[in-house]
Amino acid sequence: MKKSMPYLFLLPGIVLLIFFLMVPLFAILWPTLFPDGFSLSAYTSFFTDEYYIEILIRTIRIALIAAIVCIILGVPSAYFISRCSAKWKGILIAISIFPMLTNSVVRSFAWINILGKNGVINNLLMAIGIVDEPIGMLYTEFSVLIGTIYLFLPLMIMTLVGVMDQIDNDMMEAAESLGASKLKAFIKVVLPLSVPGILTGAVLVFTGALTAYTTPQLLGGNKSLVLATLIYQRAMTLNDWSGAGVIAAVMIIITLVVMKVLNLIAAKLDKRGEIDA
Amino acid sequence: MRRYKGLTIFAILVFAFLFIPLLIIAVTAFGSEPTISFPIKGFSLEWFGKALSSESFRKAFILSIQIAFLATILALIIGIPAAYALSRYSVKGRKFIKSFFLSPTIVPGIVVGYALFQFVVIKLKMPVFEGLLLGHFLVVLPYIIRVVGGSLEQFDYSIEEVAWSLGCNKFLAFFKVVLPNISSGIISAFLLAFINSFNNIPVSMFLSGPGITTLPASLMSYVEYNYDPTVSAVSVLLMLATIIIMFIVEKTLGISALAK
Repeated sequence: MKKSMPYLFLLPGIVLLIFFLMVPLFAILWPTLFPDGFSLSAYTSFFTDEYYIEILIRTIRIALIAAIVCIILGVPSAYFISRCSAKWKGILIAISIFPMLTNSVVRSFAWINILGKNGVINNLLMAIGIVDEPIGMLYTEFSVLIGTIYLFLPLMIMTLVGVMDQIDNDMMEAAESLGASKLKAFIKVVLPLSVPGILTGAVLVFTGALTAYTTPQLLGGNKSLVLATLIYQRAMTLNDWSGAGVIAAVMIIITLVVMKVLNLIAAKLDKRGEIDA
Repeated sequence: MRRYKGLTIFAILVFAFLFIPLLIIAVTAFGSEPTISFPIKGFSLEWFGKALSSESFRKAFILSIQIAFLATILALIIGIPAAYALSRYSVKGRKFIKSFFLSPTIVPGIVVGYALFQFVVIKLKMPVFEGLLLGHFLVVLPYIIRVVGGSLEQFDYSIEEVAWSLGCNKFLAFFKVVLPNISSGIISAFLLAFINSFNNIPVSMFLSGPGITTLPASLMSYVEYNYDPTVSAVSVLLMLATIIIMFIVEKTLGISALAK
């Protein structure tokens, strides 16, 4: 086979990616730096505008809390799955995968039904007389957060199950037979071995939550904007293309930095923990 | 597991958190009230009728299926040879090229959507269908590279070499020896790509045109302005389709094929 053959196989994809991803990205980012001549004014006006800063901080806060909550809920659940009998494992994995395959509109819609003014929680609270008027839970940061956690928890669980399945049950038994309690054995044996998986999951949840559009749009609306909904609003409703470009740049940079940093940590901890990005 | 009482209770609560919201949707789809209520006060199939007879949902559904199918096929045609080249040959800058192929997953979907909107819709004035197809192709290509690439890593290339030495030409050997051996990887790549294209919203929101939109995008606009159980009914139909796919996958490839 000729030496050029592999490059021929790679060429169509590379050309398409350059022409339809890199060029378009360049085209939206270039005007933010070179409106006419180099200038950082688009960025300084973004970072000095309190309204934008509030949205930026809210976005990071939601992504961060979502990642932490997903770790807290995901680690024990994944551990539970990995120690189940084969039959139950299959069922629980199916329950975890099912939401991942369900459309995010449907998953957000579920929380509109639960948190809305006529929703399940308000109906329940009014029926037992705790409140007289429905509480406004929808279109708040809280509802976006719940929806985001709901969106990404299955991803965290599945990532962790993959890692915890590799941990030998004998190690737990050894720790226990040497006198460690179940909890202590878990903390001393399983948790350290799961760290690369936890980091991988955290990167996926954090970057996913940082850039998710559907859930904040449906559960936060215009009252609790995040970067993804802001970029859509700037571009499509206000035709502020330079503003949308700046937000795009900010989102890409945060994503790259978080991936790089957590990858470095993961690589330090365990060579196998590196995410293939 | 009996011995881990606290853990069991914790896990049950987490799985309830994952499952109950979807269950509530399913129940509300059968309600008789004109707005969504839970628990339902009467039983009716009216909303399913409404969902199925809605012209705009039906058109959007057909478009979603077409786009997901074509984008996935296109991504397979371009992705499989690329994944093969990356795994088979010591290509210069292999790691970099691989990350390049996976880059659509690193750039946020909403940014991909916006960049394509500017370039494809505004600058090139590409028709809506072609634009959507292109956008979805970019979204699903990384799945093909990753999953097919993963399969190829497991493949023993000495089998291919045997075929060569027995006189099979390289082109034929690829189709007769390599492809059949990675077929389960290709099928799961196909499914993952198809599902992810079908479910994609950010790219579709930017690239949809008047009257031409995918099902999730049209559901999304519907949900923003309406609060009747039609969406619940559509959701139930979508979930049913998901369950059927999961069931088939479980019986053939094993359910973990969908968790990559």
